[in-house]
Amino acid sequence: MAKTLTQEFVKGLWDEIPPFRLVLGLCPVLAVTKTVENGIGMGVATTFVLVCSNILVSMLRKVIPSKVRIACFIIIIATFVTVVELVMQAFAYPLFLKLGIFIPLIVVNCIVLGRAEAFASKNNLLRSILDGMGIGIGFTLSLAALGAVRELLGSGTLTFWETPIQIMGPSFQPFTFLIEAPGAFVALGLMLCIMNLLGKK
Amino acid sequence: MREMIQMVVVLTVLSCVSGGLLASIKSNTEERISYQQLKFVKGPAIRAILEGSSNDPITDRFTLQDGEVERSFFVGVFDGQPNTVAFETSGKGFGGDVGLMVGVNVADNSLVGIGVTTHSETPGVGSRAQSDPAFAAQFKGMPFEGEFTVKPDGGQVDALSGATITSRAVAGAVTDAVKIYGRLKSQLADQLKSFPK
Repeated sequence: MAKTLTQEFVKGLWDEIPPFRLVLGLCPVLAVTKTVENGIGMGVATTFVLVCSNILVSMLRKVIPSKVRIACFIIIIATFVTVVELVMQAFAYPLFLKLGIFIPLIVVNCIVLGRAEAFASKNNLLRSILDGMGIGIGFTLSLAALGAVRELLGSGTLTFWETPIQIMGPSFQPFTFLIEAPGAFVALGLMLCIMNLLGKK
Repeated sequence: MREMIQMVVVLTVLSCVSGGLLASIKSNTEERISYQQLKFVKGPAIRAILEGSSNDPITDRFTLQDGEVERSFFVGVFDGQPNTVAFETSGKGFGGDVGLMVGVNVADNSLVGIGVTTHSETPGVGSRAQSDPAFAAQFKGMPFEGEFTVKPDGGQVDALSGATITSRAVAGAVTDAVKIYGRLKSQLADQLKSFPK
């Protein structure tokens, strides 16, 4: 049951969308989605790491001995994460200040290692790139969506490129619970619930 | 045995390539990163002190050796003259070190202004040293010499109410700055003379 190339890409956007369907990599999902901007920044950083590590793992899959494959994957992932960290410090320092420790923590994000182990080490280059892009974009969209829900209800704004835009008007009473960590769990659970309802046949 | 060697070779090559790649990226971004750090961490204090200068003080910085430590000096150009420098010192506060940027007019040895850069003081109490403009403003124009102490200790600085320790830290940092300035004054003057107009 080989999937077509389009299916490899599209599956990451709904069927296997990481935080909701695979329920993987929740730590950054819950921690950084206080604003839309943070969510998108984190998502883009993870996508870059995911695509690059998938490419390299897929290219080296015949060279890497199976006994030390996890160590090799971690070296590859850690390298790209450090690249992201340095580049973000150099070109988007305010975003780096906000995401802080969660950028280096992409190394231990189970989505990245999971895709390397479960997909890229068994599939060819093209499929691995498509898989990485699909899952990465799915992850970014989930973070952006969760960030949008939390920010819109929690502080009544949507932040893009450093400028919060007032959406809800002055009389809106912010539901600040959603900005706190428990609010992230509740919002994630409700969104998962809605997705399951929509997907039910 | 063959598998063993393959494992060692693959891991070694991977680590070396990754190390090399990271080293080259780090050396290429290092300068930009330190500029960004200065701009966003110390930048607000520097800009407040050197307000109205016609240059970018963070670009026009130089370092001088002070004993064993290296200090950065940020130059402010006013009326076409590079006559103001800002540099950082620190004092012992209530919750740790209080970093303080001090601006000095080299021409007449007066204090141009101060600004707290980093601190871990109690929010709403000691943190007012950073957020309350009136506290920083009282230093403006004071002669930059001798000791700075708070009024409860018989000095000239109005302490923040409820935050005497933080105020002492700031005053102590200014006193330190006077000492550093005294040590490096001749070198500073040389640097500013050769400053590109």
